[in-house]
Amino acid sequence: MVELSTPVKWIVRLLALAYVFFLVGWPMITLAQRTFADGWSSFTVAFSDPDVTHALLVTVEISAWAVVINTLFGVGMALLLVRYEFPGKRVLSAFIDLPMSMSPVVIGLALMLVYSGRYGWFGPTLEAHGLVVIFNSPGMIMATCFVALPLVVREVVPVLEEIGDDQEQAARSLGANAVQVLRRITLPAIKWAVVYGVVLSLARSLGEFGALKIVSGNLTGQTQTAPLVVEQKYNNFAQGEAYALSFVLVLISVLCILVVSLLRPQEPRP
Amino acid sequence: MIQRNRLIALAAAALAVPAILSGCAASSGSSGDSDKLSIVGFSVLKTANEPVTAAFQKTDAGQGISFTTSYGASGDQARAVIGGLHADEVHLSLEPDMSKLVDSGDVDKSWNQTPTHGILTDSVVVFLVRKGNPLNIHGWDDLVKPGVKVITPNPESSGSAKWNILAAWAHAANARGGSAAKAQDFVTKLLHNTIAMPGSGADALASFLAGNGDVLLAYENDSIEARASGEDVDYVIPDDTLLIQNPAAVTTDASPAAQDFLDFQLSREGQTLYAEAGFRPVISGVDAHVRGAETPSDPFPKVKTLYTLDKDFGGWSAADPKYFDDQDGIITKIISGLNIGS
Amino acid sequence: MTAAVLGQDTRAVGRGRPGVRSTLTPGAGLGLGIAMVWFSLLVMIPLAAIVATAGDEGWHGYVDTLTNPQTWAAIKLTVGQSLLVTGVNVVMGTMIAWVLVRDRFWGKRLLDLVIDIPFAMPTIVAGLVLLGLYGPGSPLGINVSNTRTSVTLALAFVTLPFIVRTVQPVLAELEGDVEEAAASLGARRLTILRRIVLPAIVPAIAAGAALSFARAISEYGSLVLLSGSLPFKTEAVSVRVLSFIEGGDRTSAASLATIMLGVALAVIVALDVLQRRVARRG
Repeated sequence: MVELSTPVKWIVRLLALAYVFFLVGWPMITLAQRTFADGWSSFTVAFSDPDVTHALLVTVEISAWAVVINTLFGVGMALLLVRYEFPGKRVLSAFIDLPMSMSPVVIGLALMLVYSGRYGWFGPTLEAHGLVVIFNSPGMIMATCFVALPLVVREVVPVLEEIGDDQEQAARSLGANAVQVLRRITLPAIKWAVVYGVVLSLARSLGEFGALKIVSGNLTGQTQTAPLVVEQKYNNFAQGEAYALSFVLVLISVLCILVVSLLRPQEPRP
Repeated sequence: MIQRNRLIALAAAALAVPAILSGCAASSGSSGDSDKLSIVGFSVLKTANEPVTAAFQKTDAGQGISFTTSYGASGDQARAVIGGLHADEVHLSLEPDMSKLVDSGDVDKSWNQTPTHGILTDSVVVFLVRKGNPLNIHGWDDLVKPGVKVITPNPESSGSAKWNILAAWAHAANARGGSAAKAQDFVTKLLHNTIAMPGSGADALASFLAGNGDVLLAYENDSIEARASGEDVDYVIPDDTLLIQNPAAVTTDASPAAQDFLDFQLSREGQTLYAEAGFRPVISGVDAHVRGAETPSDPFPKVKTLYTLDKDFGGWSAADPKYFDDQDGIITKIISGLNIGS
Repeated sequence: MTAAVLGQDTRAVGRGRPGVRSTLTPGAGLGLGIAMVWFSLLVMIPLAAIVATAGDEGWHGYVDTLTNPQTWAAIKLTVGQSLLVTGVNVVMGTMIAWVLVRDRFWGKRLLDLVIDIPFAMPTIVAGLVLLGLYGPGSPLGINVSNTRTSVTLALAFVTLPFIVRTVQPVLAELEGDVEEAAASLGARRLTILRRIVLPAIVPAIAAGAALSFARAISEYGSLVLLSGSLPFKTEAVSVRVLSFIEGGDRTSAASLATIMLGVALAVIVALDVLQRRVARRG
């Protein structure tokens, strides 16, 4: 394993650390400072507001659903893309990455164009049968799924590629059927990639703002999510509460990431 | 074994579907519920409406009525209602947003045939400045002095920004020796001094309060609310400025209680509560001590020269396309002519 | 990710060359079917709606949108800044991944955690804290708010994790023996890095770069307060789309959105071609 010369090693180390510190580290410290500027009072005021607690619940619920759906889709799609061949595969894989490149304003518009109960392609028909998508949970879950779609796939595919299918082929030649191979060999091998993908999806979902602003209707105490409340509080001169809620949102994601990183077996490289 | 796990997963999903559809935590209200009122309003109404809805619930007409509310930028809210967001009453920043709802059939075209012409709250365009007004901004002409950093929301993406720009236009067009050409020139100079044009009034205010710029073109009520919340700012009412009129209407499929609520909002009690939130009353005889106003006991000083959309611009239906049309609007063209790269 | 998956020539996009086998088992086929239904309902059909709306005025609509000077300025700013930030990320991201994998020092775990924070932050919060640190009240005395630099800053923030996280696992999986063999044969460090390590991680860098670019061109929330959205100077495409929607011009909004999708696809595909060419040589 090539080792960098000591001066180069130090330069690289310091550059990397400085970059991350000034770009992310210090802003995080700023967030904490502003949140705790008045001690714990921002938290007590914020969380005594039922709209805030409800919004947090909504955010967690919507995100949980989106993460589950994205994980099922992500693992399934990764397996299909890496282990099989089929026409249109490359187009599909390019399109799976596309949601990341869409501005939330556009995502909101796109979903409205299809699912709006008034002028959407499918919306009116769906609502006539009792399924209200826009300004309701299904639409919000879809918008959240949309923005985090590639995350699980993206984590799992390289690992599937890397581990190769020798073990799977061996198992098959020994008589295991497809389901057994999946359960006994493939899934355990990609376990950590999936977990990491889940955690990233969760973090992304908890923080979604722009698309949900359009698709949720921002109904106080009903469809309003935590990031939307953060904006509202900030704009209504309750900055302390806005920061407190932001802090909680970030903390949840960071804790999840931290737990995964602690549980994950150390990389084998020295 | 995987089959069993899969079956369990499928069963869970199947059970979950009705849970999602009934939307346990998140759901939008159903229309026609006679003791629920759904109010869709522009952003700053969030704080203003709380005492008003509470006071209404204490009246006979308001007994047992519960409120669902949604607040956001006026244009966003109008689009949401057009997109199907249920509303019993809409309270927007400016008439063109209401006209969109008339076009979509959500509001009846007779909405403005009321004693107040459909207007529920008023305000005026003011200059929000740092505490103590260090740059001594007193009038429109001070804004175009070199080095003055102005913030205003962008009228292309913010309906409420249109009030600001039209106020500036009215000043230059009506000043002694004023004309449309002078107004064009003035607005251009003003925009050259502008360092930020956020997409909404709320964002512009947030940007200013975060320390950007020297002066914000703002609504008086926002300014009063900011000061009441302890922000270190002052506001200046220029000698000539534009009257801001916020329309409100009951929707076509509203429950009957909505009209009761609107009547309450227009009553002396309702208007007093709005005055305390910084809005100029639309009926006479309202006396309020307004925390946050420059002079709380005389919160809404008479403006020497008060322009209005109807009197000075021929009404919104004429002015909106003339000044703000996507391609040919006068202001739109000024903005696209700002490409100076400096 | 696209790069890792694709095993066929770029030019065959969507046409299903004769000879492309399908190795799908019935079970896999069913899975693919279900996944495609969901994917269509969620992504493909809404995308189609955007393109259809954009097409309301035919090619005319696209041309009008592109030739509008303010829109063009927004596109130039957004694409330009995104490319710049992606370039920065290629360098810094690789460096950070290197440090995470091959360096050892106290606090490395903390660095690892901090990298993921941009994912964890709602974009408006990101904008707020960046504004606090690099805006008018900056404790560092650095005020970049309402300038182009603020756009670079915001985009760098939200795209930080991408290249780091795609390069890190690949770097970690690299076996040291090839490098050691090369060293024992007398190759210098730089040569080893250039000839052995770099080609191995170029696909990962390309994949991360594609995502970083895609994410940057779509950014909205963090720019709202930080950039000032001044027409021709700091107005991003996402703000322009919002202006079109506000003005009731859904067609232009959709055209602009479609154009940006095209740009994203072009970059994704270009990076894929690039990495395959490098891989072929290596």
